[in-house]
Amino acid sequence: MTRIYVDLHLKPDLSNTKQTEAMIKKTSELGYKLVAITLPISVSREQTQNVKDMCASYGVDMATRCDLRPQSPTELLYLLRKVRRNVEIVAAMCTNKAVSRQAAKDRRVDMLNFLGNDYRTRFFDHAEAQLASSCLARFEIDMATLLRSEGSSRIKLFNALRREVLIAQAYRVPIILSSGACDALELRKPLETAVSSVLFDLPREAALDSVSRVPCEVIRGNRAKLGPDFVAPGIRMVRRGKDC
Amino acid sequence: MSVDSQTYVTPQEFSDALWETMQRLYGEVGASKAGLSLIDYDTDTCRAVVRVANVGIEMVRSALALVTRAGDKRVAFHVIRVSGTLKALRRKVTSGRTGKNYP
Repeated sequence: MTRIYVDLHLKPDLSNTKQTEAMIKKTSELGYKLVAITLPISVSREQTQNVKDMCASYGVDMATRCDLRPQSPTELLYLLRKVRRNVEIVAAMCTNKAVSRQAAKDRRVDMLNFLGNDYRTRFFDHAEAQLASSCLARFEIDMATLLRSEGSSRIKLFNALRREVLIAQAYRVPIILSSGACDALELRKPLETAVSSVLFDLPREAALDSVSRVPCEVIRGNRAKLGPDFVAPGIRMVRRGKDC
Repeated sequence: MSVDSQTYVTPQEFSDALWETMQRLYGEVGASKAGLSLIDYDTDTCRAVVRVANVGIEMVRSALALVTRAGDKRVAFHVIRVSGTLKALRRKVTSGRTGKNYP
């Protein structure tokens, strides 16, 4: 079966149309069929539609994404209430332990993303993985973090990622490999992204799934939930009208 | 492989960037196992042909993905095609055929 490659984390500067278009064009050239673009919370519908049209012109399907960076669990809950029904993907950028725990146990959060390079600033441990596993959250790894780091900070990041991948696999938390790219030069081909994950001991087949099958399932599930036929998990409307 | 950059990248800069990343990632012993050598660099299209030992393909691919600079220029290297012989490689690339190595 042919894989559909997905990049769930593009971060173009939407005010710079030229750069946004260059990134979308590059993702299409590199073989991605579906991308998720991070939008600010206050983005207008016209702006979103413009970016969607741009993606469609290059033959790339676009999903909307919001990165939440709350400072406290209360702020996370407030932001989730505000954005969950408006975007297809919600990612929590975990800046502290309390936020990461709350994000892992909230079913409205699709992905957990950890920003630091050092293990002290990354909170994906056994407890976090257990919560994420029971609430169907995924663990996202941004390749741009690897690209931007150098020397000892990259070594520390490899060390932290190796540990986190092991924990995620033990608790069956799906792993998603994204680019996290801010411009076209930070984008890599899906196969190159998957092969790079060998550096932190992610098996090849799991790495390929993390750039294709796993992100595809996230999008498919969330689009179904946002659709008009969704009632509750496992229940959907199959027919409307008088003959029901 | 193709070289993406906002400015022109010389063959020397390309080669240095690749070797430096290989050495940083795998060390001198590891890099030597890859049997890496630059065969051809087309300055017009910014495409390069690199010879690699079969056991070193994944090493070189992962190193290539982590290259961000060549000299003082920002770059990105992308593998276009992998083939067992240079003749087959040139034939496939010129005919624009894509295979299991793509994307």
